[in-house]
Amino acid sequence: MITAGIDMGAKNIRVLILKDGEVIARAEHTAGFETEESARAAFAKALEQAGVTEDRIDKIVATGAGRESAPLATESVTDVGAAARGAKEVLPQAHTIIDVGAEEGRAIKTDGNGKVMDFAVNEKCAAGAGSFTEAMSRALEVPLEEFGTLSLKSTTSTPMNAQCAVFAESEVVSLLHAKTPKKDIARAVHDAIADRIISMVRRVGIEPEVALIGAVSRNPGFVDSLKRGLERDVFIPDDAEYIGALGAALVAVDG
Amino acid sequence: MKANYGYMDGSGEYYITIDTDHCIECAHHGCLDGCPKGMFEIITDDYDDEVAQIKEEFRKKIKYDCADCKPVKDRPPLPCQEACTPGAIEHSW
Amino acid sequence: MAEREFWRWKEYNWHDENIDWKGCDTITAGVDVGSVSSQAVIMVDGKLYAFASTRTGSDSPQSAQKVMDWALENTGMNLDDIHYKVGTGYGRVNVPFADKAITEIACHARGGNFMYGNTVRTILDMGGQDCKAIHCDERGKVTNFLMNDKCAAGTGRGMEVFADLLAVPIEDIGELSFDVEKEPPPVSSTCVVFAKSEASGLLRKGWPKNKVIAAYCNAMAHRVVTLLERIGVEKDFAITGGIGKNIGVVKRIEDELGIEALKADGDTQTAGAVGAALFGKALLEKSRKS
Ligand code: SF4
Ligand code: SF4
Repeated sequence: MITAGIDMGAKNIRVLILKDGEVIARAEHTAGFETEESARAAFAKALEQAGVTEDRIDKIVATGAGRESAPLATESVTDVGAAARGAKEVLPQAHTIIDVGAEEGRAIKTDGNGKVMDFAVNEKCAAGAGSFTEAMSRALEVPLEEFGTLSLKSTTSTPMNAQCAVFAESEVVSLLHAKTPKKDIARAVHDAIADRIISMVRRVGIEPEVALIGAVSRNPGFVDSLKRGLERDVFIPDDAEYIGALGAALVAVDG
Repeated sequence: MKANYGYMDGSGEYYITIDTDHCIECAHHGCLDGCPKGMFEIITDDYDDEVAQIKEEFRKKIKYDCADCKPVKDRPPLPCQEACTPGAIEHSW
Repeated sequence: MAEREFWRWKEYNWHDENIDWKGCDTITAGVDVGSVSSQAVIMVDGKLYAFASTRTGSDSPQSAQKVMDWALENTGMNLDDIHYKVGTGYGRVNVPFADKAITEIACHARGGNFMYGNTVRTILDMGGQDCKAIHCDERGKVTNFLMNDKCAAGTGRGMEVFADLLAVPIEDIGELSFDVEKEPPPVSSTCVVFAKSEASGLLRKGWPKNKVIAAYCNAMAHRVVTLLERIGVEKDFAITGGIGKNIGVVKRIEDELGIEALKADGDTQTAGAVGAALFGKALLEKSRKS
């Protein structure tokens, strides 16, 4: 059986193809403003990688913020459902799942069988998701890829007052004017966003094993701040940003 | 006076409303010790009344600070509301 | 990165030449140090005598001094001639010469009562970095209020982000927003960051600038109305503050509420400082009695 999951994220669209339980392709494309076209492009890339044609795919399930407008998919599953299903597959021991993407943060508690017990979502405010870090790296004129590692070099915590991405931008600039080293500002930014995510995680309850998925798991500065704040280690699966798409493809298998 | 402390952002509305008319009559100010985060303080307001308010440093992040008191499932009564016998405190979320 | 000007209303001062303050019994001043602009007002025997409005610098005490000096300019009055001075606004505790600090909410209500008459019950103040909604009684005493200074949406700062994106002077936004064939639906994201990318998308789709401006003014008005709904709107209704000068937003708020806002003579941005000077007068009289 061959199934596909399409994760229609706000920033990126990711497609993953499964054949008899094995991942045979994964591809992504920036969402842009024409999301349907972008989804088709990502899908075409994945098909090529898998070496199969579209008609060989038995079922396609969509997830993500834009799942309702996903082309090709016949069914959809919520972000929470897809994240829980995907995480169960790769990290079955983790009962608390933290999913941080560009525009949304989520905390999910599962029963260990992929069933969602509770969840909390932070959405529609850039201060609670990856966009916050992006905006701050822009204000500091540090490329996003370097922003996380820069944060690791800091040994001091600097409090940030602004809770809004727009006001935080001016705060970051005035910290810079006050000669605060960039690495300390980077850490302040990651601590701030991690704190907001953690308060959400506490609302669902922290189970001993915690998994972190979503694109922001690729940012070592954030991961470091998150671990420090949670006072525990977190597991990050390979291809952490594809767990949503994987979950959707698995939902397609489950039927 | 009804004083609303908190904010509204893209994700929702988070206000703690204190009906300060109750504070004026209140003798023991249970809110001070009732809130585990110590978010309340008693001040003399602009009209010379002794009333409770949320400290400045919490006002822009009460959604996060109150999170521990507000689990997603089976939310217990809020400590601040329980401690405030005159019933002056309300939460919008 | 160069320092950016977030709000560019003109700086100015004024005094009433027909008043001889020397013969007056009570001379009080109110200084409102906001995050973006500062105002100073001098009142003599309960009448408006002089005022000034400037941008707030990075140092609050200095800004307070500067705007006060400017209000005093050419009046022949010195700071010492003023019997009672009240500081208000975000920087109120940093007004070095003030006899007392009073919150901007209380001052706004009192100033609104003076400027718009005692029938005003709801005041919406839209500032550079915050937004306040206040209910007051016929004496200008606050009965209900809320403030939003956490989120840039619905503030001057949010508008500034848009003005920058569209490269349009902020003072022109109001007018331009009416230069559309048909009122477009509001930008759907509340968050300024997300709304900005939404607007870029609309521009790329070929929407004319004015239409995007209209969609944003519409969203901003809706945002503020939602905020107002928490405390409810009772007539009479007044709008003050920097955005209160943006007719593109004001008109849309009025339309959505179905209520027309009162128009005041004079600059609505001085409402807080006027209220502070009035508080000063009451406090002065009280101290003289005892
Ligand atoms: S909900 Fe908890 S943290 Fe929030 S004010 Fe009440 S007692 Fe304090
Ligand atoms: S403008 Fe700021 S506080 Fe408001 S929703 Fe966006 S990031 Fe959040």
